[in-house]
Amino acid sequence: MSTSATALEQSLRSRTWERVKKGWYTFSKNPLSIVGAVIIVAVVFLAVFAPLVSPYPEHAGNFVDFDNASKPPSQAHLFGTDVFGRDILSRVFFGFRLSLIMGVTVISLTAPVGVTLGLIAGYKKGTWVETLIMRITDIFVAVPPLILALAVAAILTPNIFNSMMAVSLMWWPWYCRMVYGIASSLKNEFYIQSAEVTGASTFHILFKEILPNCYGPVFTKVSLDMGWVILLASALSFVGLGAQPPTPDLGTMVADGGKYMPDQWWIAVFPAIAIMFVVFGFNILGDGIRDMLEVEKT
Amino acid sequence: MAKRLLDIENLEAGFNVYGGYLKVLNGVYFNMDEGEKVGLVGETGCGKTTTAKSVLKILPEPPSRTTGGRILFKGRDILTMRKNEIREIHAREISMIFQDPTAALNPVFTIGDQLMTAIKYSNLHDGMTRKEIREKAVQSLKEVRLPDAERILENYPIQLSGGMRQRICIAMALATRSTLLVADEPTTSLDVTIQDQVLRLLGTLIQQKGTSTILITHSLGLVREWTERVYVMYAGVMVETADTAELFKNPLHPYTKGLMAAVPKLTGEGIAAGIAGRIPEYLNPPSGCRFHPRCAAVMDVCRKEKPIYFNCGDNHKTACFLYRE
Amino acid sequence: MRIVKYILKRLLHSVLVLLGLSILIFIIARVVPGDPARMALGPRAPENVVEKFREDLHLNDPIYVQYYHWIKGAIRGDFGYSILTKRSVTTDIKDFFPATLELMLLTGIIMSVFGILLGIASARNANKWPDNVVRIFSYLGVCTPAYVFAILFLLIFGYLLNILPTIGRLSPWIDHPPTVTGLMTIDSMIAGDFRAFWDALKHLIMPSVALALGPMAQEARITRSSMADNLQRDFIALERTQAIPERKIMSKYLLRISVIPTVSVLGLDFASQLGWAFLVELIFNWPGLSRYGIHVILNKDLNGITAVIMVIGVMFLVVNIIVDIIVSLLDPRIRLGAERSV
Repeated sequence: MSTSATALEQSLRSRTWERVKKGWYTFSKNPLSIVGAVIIVAVVFLAVFAPLVSPYPEHAGNFVDFDNASKPPSQAHLFGTDVFGRDILSRVFFGFRLSLIMGVTVISLTAPVGVTLGLIAGYKKGTWVETLIMRITDIFVAVPPLILALAVAAILTPNIFNSMMAVSLMWWPWYCRMVYGIASSLKNEFYIQSAEVTGASTFHILFKEILPNCYGPVFTKVSLDMGWVILLASALSFVGLGAQPPTPDLGTMVADGGKYMPDQWWIAVFPAIAIMFVVFGFNILGDGIRDMLEVEKT
Repeated sequence: MAKRLLDIENLEAGFNVYGGYLKVLNGVYFNMDEGEKVGLVGETGCGKTTTAKSVLKILPEPPSRTTGGRILFKGRDILTMRKNEIREIHAREISMIFQDPTAALNPVFTIGDQLMTAIKYSNLHDGMTRKEIREKAVQSLKEVRLPDAERILENYPIQLSGGMRQRICIAMALATRSTLLVADEPTTSLDVTIQDQVLRLLGTLIQQKGTSTILITHSLGLVREWTERVYVMYAGVMVETADTAELFKNPLHPYTKGLMAAVPKLTGEGIAAGIAGRIPEYLNPPSGCRFHPRCAAVMDVCRKEKPIYFNCGDNHKTACFLYRE
Repeated sequence: MRIVKYILKRLLHSVLVLLGLSILIFIIARVVPGDPARMALGPRAPENVVEKFREDLHLNDPIYVQYYHWIKGAIRGDFGYSILTKRSVTTDIKDFFPATLELMLLTGIIMSVFGILLGIASARNANKWPDNVVRIFSYLGVCTPAYVFAILFLLIFGYLLNILPTIGRLSPWIDHPPTVTGLMTIDSMIAGDFRAFWDALKHLIMPSVALALGPMAQEARITRSSMADNLQRDFIALERTQAIPERKIMSKYLLRISVIPTVSVLGLDFASQLGWAFLVELIFNWPGLSRYGIHVILNKDLNGITAVIMVIGVMFLVVNIIVDIIVSLLDPRIRLGAERSV
């Protein structure tokens, strides 16, 4: 009896490994996805090791050097300096740090909450639980996300933490909706019903039966979302509701630099390109993941 | 003496996919004369549809590639024709019925729109007025015994059942009075209860109009009932061909024999035997004879050389070294 | 009359959602620390004046009473008093809304029309250079925030090349056309004033395109992949065997079914641009609802914030209903209640 169980386990494990290998193969065949992966790895590296790889790590904090202020890109300062004489390249690296932290934080908060609520709402479709959850979700998605985030962030004291809260508050409904769609369509599948009949707990059904079906779309969404969250956060800091000076935040840097256009263009342009770079990387990565999962399905 | 209609010589084609090149068709031979009803039988994945689509030149060019051979229709090679010549052929000579009627109909246009457009661009209806085209459309729907033809013209595919959709596809294929009809598993995706009806209808209409037909199917029973000659296909090659009656009386190729044995008989001799193994992967097909890994009578030469057709009687050929003279 | 029933159902649902939204915003807004009355009147106003102000605005009452007063007013169209502009919020909205409407209308047109056209061009030339160019553009467009485009345009066209104006809706030396619709371009056309029309258009172009580029890229991508997908389908192959001219297959049979996913996404994309408009209007000093929105947000003008969000909510709602109607017109499977499989 036990030998057949372990044989089954082994075959399942090797099947999963096969899928991983096949998935990686598909992923690696698409040159664009590789580019995305490389970009993200580079950004993560720069973010994590910012203090070590930045040419002027102390410029990320309270630093002024008016002799060197507003200098165009040069050998000493690849991205030039801003009005306080701070090296923009270093600040961009630290800005990556901030962006990644915000992205990870927001998604770690919103994804679990949104996914769980979506599972519950989808499974309990037709009951008051579903109605309640989905109506609340509807309220949050009735307004463009950025606006709600702006409003919330403005009402609280402007700082990094609060802007993350603001973005999180309006981000969770999208996970909820997506998972709700999957969960409610699976609700009547036979394996769910048989689990119910054999007395499986709701917890088990939600998380062990339905949830695995959601991994793919959720995972894709997480990757794409990193980009969006960073964009949104940069918008909040653009209007001054995010990181406060002197913390280097990409959005704030673009806003500050905007004042000095067009003469000292580098102050705004390089942080802007940095934002695009990061979001681009996550977008391509997300696309690659999505393609990989689609091929797996066929 | 009936005219030679279609002649496929050594057709090789395949698809470029992520992992490499799927060499599906590995030297397909096929011919038929006017007025014949020829069957093309084989299991799913053996390349029947690819062959059919090659004849109609509707294989999507990337990712598919035709790497060799000729397809002679009335003496002219389809593979070398230009686009406008192909269009002529489509308009006047060849029609196709697809396997899945749901996929074959455009979901966002009415039946009327699609049917009337098909009639409009076929040859025999140049210069028809809109009214005449519409009448022809109604008439062709009545020919396939669809009730309430006028109303169906206004419907969308989503509103109709699978059987009705396939009848409409048949109507579209036959309304244009083509010389050759390629029917790719016309009833496979239908309910079993309807399959017979639709097939009979198709058979009657073909008879009436004298259309030469290639019937592609995986069902031996169908082939036995409806065709005069048969080609048996496996993994992108024709393994045997004969007059239908002869094939069933005297199958030669090991694969054909296996197929016949796999059909359960009503005389209740127990569960029918299958053929061990699976169809090969086209990324890395077997060398020599593509059937050799599954063949009970495999010989050394089968692993090394690709068999050609050997004559075994009237119209009866098989690609198997067992029958090498 | 299915469509009418559908619209009514949607409207009812939306009214409830808007109601819920108003409660949500209200609660959030009242959580703000600080004293709105004091903030409005300044630190030097005498305490009794501030107290009277508080009374008038019901700021001392429990929150549900405050909400009740607000709802009563809102239904009448009175959104209260704006601490920032020192006048009724409703007046503010009436003043600023047309500018945003004009901007968003042009943005919507550009992003849908050009997005789809680009997608078609891309699919027609699949894997050749126009397609690759469009694909690169669409990747970049999607990940660039609208405010970056805005700043870039300002820099290049406004300052460096100096061919487009950078502020507001109309140059100071042009007379305002008489207000009919509130849309500068339409009004000047009605008045026959082509100088004004051209000037208004020049002002509109940069902010519109800045807002439209991102979604345009997205629509192009979706259209392209949808067309590429559908090209493989059997019904296209069948139409080819029926000798239908390729041009007709592309422009009629392929097109309609391929734009359905694009149109479905239009609503959401438009919504997110409503958000980015807040920044873009700020950058171009566009006197619209969104710029007003940023100002009330940054100044914690609660009545203003609530009202702006409600108006945007309604705008979003209307757009969604329109998009849904268009999609159901295009796709009979939705209209006739079947499951969508595109």
